[in-house]
Amino acid sequence: MIPYNFQYYQPTTIKEATNLFQSLLQENKSPIYFAGGTEVITLGRMNKIVTDAVIDINNIPACHILEQDDTWLTLGAALTLTSIKEMKKFPLLEKVVSEIADRTSRNKITLGGNICANIIYREAVLPFLLTESYAVIATKHGLKERPFHELFDQTLQLREEEFLVQIKVATKDLSLPFFTVKKRRQWGVGYPLLTIAAILKETHIHTAYSGLYAYPFHCEKVDAQLNKPNTEQTKRIERALQAFHKEILHDIHGSDTYRKFVLKNVLTDVIDTLKKG
Amino acid sequence: MEEQVITYQINGRERTFHARNADTMLYVLREKLGLTGAKPGCLNGDCGACTIEIDGEVMKSCLMLAIEGHQKKITTIEGLQQAPIQEQFIENFAFQCGYCSPGFIMNCHALVNQLPNASDSNMKEWLESNMCRCTGYKEIEEAVKNVLNKMP
Amino acid sequence: MDWMIGKSIPRKEAEEKVTGSAKYTDDKSDAQMLHVKLKVSTHAHAKIKKIDTSKAEKVTGVHAIIVGDSLPLTGTDIKDRPILAYKKVRYFGEPIAAVVAEHPYIAKQAAALIEVTYEPLPVINTSEEAMKQEATLIHENLATYQKTDKVFPEANTNIANRVKVRKGDIQKAWLQSHITIEENYIIPPSDHTAIETRSAIVEIKPDGTVMITSTTQAPYGIKSEFSETFEIEEGKVIATTPLVGGAFGGKVTTQLELIAYIASKAVNGKCVKLTYTREEDMLTAPVRMGIDAKVKLGATTDGKLTAAEITYFIDTGAYADKGTLLTKAVAATCTGPYKIDHIRCDAICVYTNHPYITAYRGFSHSEILFMFERAMETLAKKLEMDPLQFRKKNAIVKGNTSPTQTLLNESSVGNLPKCIDQLQDMMNWKEGVIIPIDERKIRVKGICCSWKTSTISGASSGVVLLFNADGSVNILSGIVEIGMGTKTILAQLLAERLKMDINNIHVQMDVDTKTIPEHYKTVASRGTLLAGRALLKAADDAVEQLRDIASRVLTCSPEDLEVGYEKVYVRDDPTTYVYIKDVCYGYQYSNGHSIGGQVIGKGNYTIRHLSHLDPKTGKGKTGPEWTVGAQGVEIEFDRRDFTYKILKAFSIIDIGKVLNYKAALGQVMGSMSMGLSHASAEAYEFQEDGTMNIPKLRTYGPLRYGDHPEYIAKFIETAHLDGPYGARGVGEHALIGMPAALGNALSTAVGVELNQLPLTPEMIWRKKVGDKFL
Repeated sequence: MIPYNFQYYQPTTIKEATNLFQSLLQENKSPIYFAGGTEVITLGRMNKIVTDAVIDINNIPACHILEQDDTWLTLGAALTLTSIKEMKKFPLLEKVVSEIADRTSRNKITLGGNICANIIYREAVLPFLLTESYAVIATKHGLKERPFHELFDQTLQLREEEFLVQIKVATKDLSLPFFTVKKRRQWGVGYPLLTIAAILKETHIHTAYSGLYAYPFHCEKVDAQLNKPNTEQTKRIERALQAFHKEILHDIHGSDTYRKFVLKNVLTDVIDTLKKG
Repeated sequence: MEEQVITYQINGRERTFHARNADTMLYVLREKLGLTGAKPGCLNGDCGACTIEIDGEVMKSCLMLAIEGHQKKITTIEGLQQAPIQEQFIENFAFQCGYCSPGFIMNCHALVNQLPNASDSNMKEWLESNMCRCTGYKEIEEAVKNVLNKMP
Repeated sequence: MDWMIGKSIPRKEAEEKVTGSAKYTDDKSDAQMLHVKLKVSTHAHAKIKKIDTSKAEKVTGVHAIIVGDSLPLTGTDIKDRPILAYKKVRYFGEPIAAVVAEHPYIAKQAAALIEVTYEPLPVINTSEEAMKQEATLIHENLATYQKTDKVFPEANTNIANRVKVRKGDIQKAWLQSHITIEENYIIPPSDHTAIETRSAIVEIKPDGTVMITSTTQAPYGIKSEFSETFEIEEGKVIATTPLVGGAFGGKVTTQLELIAYIASKAVNGKCVKLTYTREEDMLTAPVRMGIDAKVKLGATTDGKLTAAEITYFIDTGAYADKGTLLTKAVAATCTGPYKIDHIRCDAICVYTNHPYITAYRGFSHSEILFMFERAMETLAKKLEMDPLQFRKKNAIVKGNTSPTQTLLNESSVGNLPKCIDQLQDMMNWKEGVIIPIDERKIRVKGICCSWKTSTISGASSGVVLLFNADGSVNILSGIVEIGMGTKTILAQLLAERLKMDINNIHVQMDVDTKTIPEHYKTVASRGTLLAGRALLKAADDAVEQLRDIASRVLTCSPEDLEVGYEKVYVRDDPTTYVYIKDVCYGYQYSNGHSIGGQVIGKGNYTIRHLSHLDPKTGKGKTGPEWTVGAQGVEIEFDRRDFTYKILKAFSIIDIGKVLNYKAALGQVMGSMSMGLSHASAEAYEFQEDGTMNIPKLRTYGPLRYGDHPEYIAKFIETAHLDGPYGARGVGEHALIGMPAALGNALSTAVGVELNQLPLTPEMIWRKKVGDKFL
């Protein structure tokens, strides 16, 4: 039960959507974009998201694209996590999203919605931090493309009237060897203690994390330690653990120390799987 | 405009009603259309008791705005008539209090129709979307497997 | 050959439940109804300095706002609870104000605009803090509260009740004990999580009649509580309860019904609805107890239990409610199902700034058994005895006495050794308890024994059987159908008794206190005993009436007649008969004369010979029969990660008599699932200030599909002679051993005593390794 009212718009073009956003701003409204919309409802009913105008981008065809050619896989931001999971094109992403929420919810949650969500985990981000990926953004001046990892700093750095239209991933990166696992406090559904995604590029392991900080991230320093040549595996992991510079989350899902314990084991699995496998 | 006139093709009938833009589909099903089969277990997408089918895909109706279903084909538990899964739920004692059943049955029904050869891991992937607090889930597993085994 | 007993008859309301037509409280709705939303406390303990409702009042569509002054105090044994917090709040989530509005969203909007100014008070977060000499008092006026004479609150402390058990001579027993162990245990409060959240609809008719529809297990309790609290004559309180979407004890306490009543009263008796959100259902409504204990056990070197000395602290939360009675239940079953001649137990009910507690499936037995059966395991280890043999050696049997000194016989205690033997076979105990799988993983077994009786008094039930002209029968019983299927069992009992087609028996599902005979409360696995016996008596009454009319038709003595197979027939010549349908509405002779009328069978039943506990020794009898069982789990444990999967769960239960096989199995499997879910994952986590993150199902994390184990259940049948066809209660009994069995398996797996719940991988890791990750 959302305890306030809002206007609801369904633009059919990108231009229409961004124009609408700006004109609503001029009317002193606080519009938001809406794709899967699950957070608008779940946080809206707790008064944690308050809006008076919702712009639903689901009728914009560009947001539903799922295309692949020799160089790029293009994924519309309004594709549901279920459709991503079942696309059979980017196994790492498919596996990562298959652990978000539950299947029926994934029929509603969208790729863009998860990436731009309030929730701190946003695990769909991880594969894009590890691959050559671009975010296609709707701006008031039209579409722009930016490398995903440049645009992503804790959150996707968008101006308020901008929205994510698509993500492009280099086709060459889609089939890189990978490892991903989601560890929870207990049992099979729910938020992560931590989620890790890792890929092997040539001989180098790249890792990205969710659940350790209040946002998903990729850290070069951690990877450097993990890949340090001529160093024993346990030492590399120990040093990688020290390379996490910020305080690890400590909450109802798990303590900081326990998360590090889990992380240590997970890093062992990453190396074992990618180096030996 | 903070309200709309909305039309659903629901359970084989066309129904038109007024709703706030901020109303969820679960709310209008229960309060505007009198379809109280979908249950408000959490309003947060966690329990699955409000699961319905929209254009052939199962959805948690508490995670949708009513307006999102405009002009769409919707099936709620009230629209299922003697589906094999309903019979098997009875046969296998797959419910006790019955509160999660409408949502669970809608999800199981979609599962057996979409994946007639569903594996155990398919079943887990689908059915972990719903919570049941009375059964041990084994009864539900048996009900679904019995339907799958009887599929032509 | 049983006609109907033991048969897996699908529940009578099955078709309604699979088609969405089954109606629950919140499903009742109409456009005139007003809606109530609450403002709840954001502090666990604070003085309320000011409640400013001025902004909320200005919201269009608001009809009334109610705050907590001049409302009566409520509660079960101690009247310590305001309907809306008055002057102070005692737990996070406590209701402070209620808004009545035309639409739920408007009520919610307005409730958010109510401003409460608090002055925080020191917070009591544990029983230990509560028991300290200098502890802040949660109820300064404890001594002045109205109370029943069965509870003993201690003035100027945080102690709401204390129950003592003194059996044998504990000092002497310690001298006879060669081996002793002493351990501490902790179980935090947790939630019931019925999928249906609590809901109440109240209307006050112009003549003052109060109509309450709610998700309750105790509609007759509402009737008496409303009458007492608001001084309304009982006949003018009408509580109705449709189907209930799971309860598990959580819907015994009257809480939101009271708020809905004052809300209705504030709007001239208009019909109002208050349905809790999941968050309110977890925060504001009563919860499951937290408990901690110190357990000391003694045994001789050959493994005979000699003594048990136990102190239990029951965290009743902010109000006593069912906490005082739970404390009695804890004391009355203070040990596992063993012959122990010397017992000293103190069960102390302690106020804290947690949500207050109510019944939970098992009524404290699962908690006691976790603690006691973990202690048994530790003792078995110290004795170097096989834990199963150790239990068998000490298993309680006929001729022994309970902790409250009730002499047990076969009917009252069943056959625990037989359960243990069967468990031993079914778990392939010879194979060993730790079986390596690979470098990291092991398969591990854990077991425990369980028993439960109920802690009730003055519990009775009435049943009316109305015959229809076609010979079919309607059953009227005040049992609430919360999911356990007792109303179907009643139909089976009647079908068995009258040897009739169960399809010709119709069961009234909804309860209405005005028209349906009273059934105490739908709790404690007592439905089948109470209502079952009442039904059999009502059936006898109906049979007598049928024989009376038939005897005149068949011109013989009623004593010569039997009723069954849709006929009333002569015992030694069944070819001489009259159809029931021809006499159950009276009989008309060919000359037009009529005799008799509609047959209406009536019966009631009260559990006999229960007594209060002696305040000094605890001697007394709190419940009728015990249901005993032996239970186990088999897990796959990852020694590197401290994670585990539950592969199998076993329950061998002495059920007395299986009345409906699949229904009984369903109760057992569902109970095991719930017990394992609680043991492995469920708990409230309070911050130091007594608040918590707003709980949600996604973070609370009950067991879901795919996490469930394979269930292996078996029934032993040692008749309970008072029970219908020998049946014992079984609604809770497979739940209560699961936490202990899991705790024992995990303790064995990890080689450390795990003495707290929930058994999360982090907790296990912490106990084994400490707070170190390298």
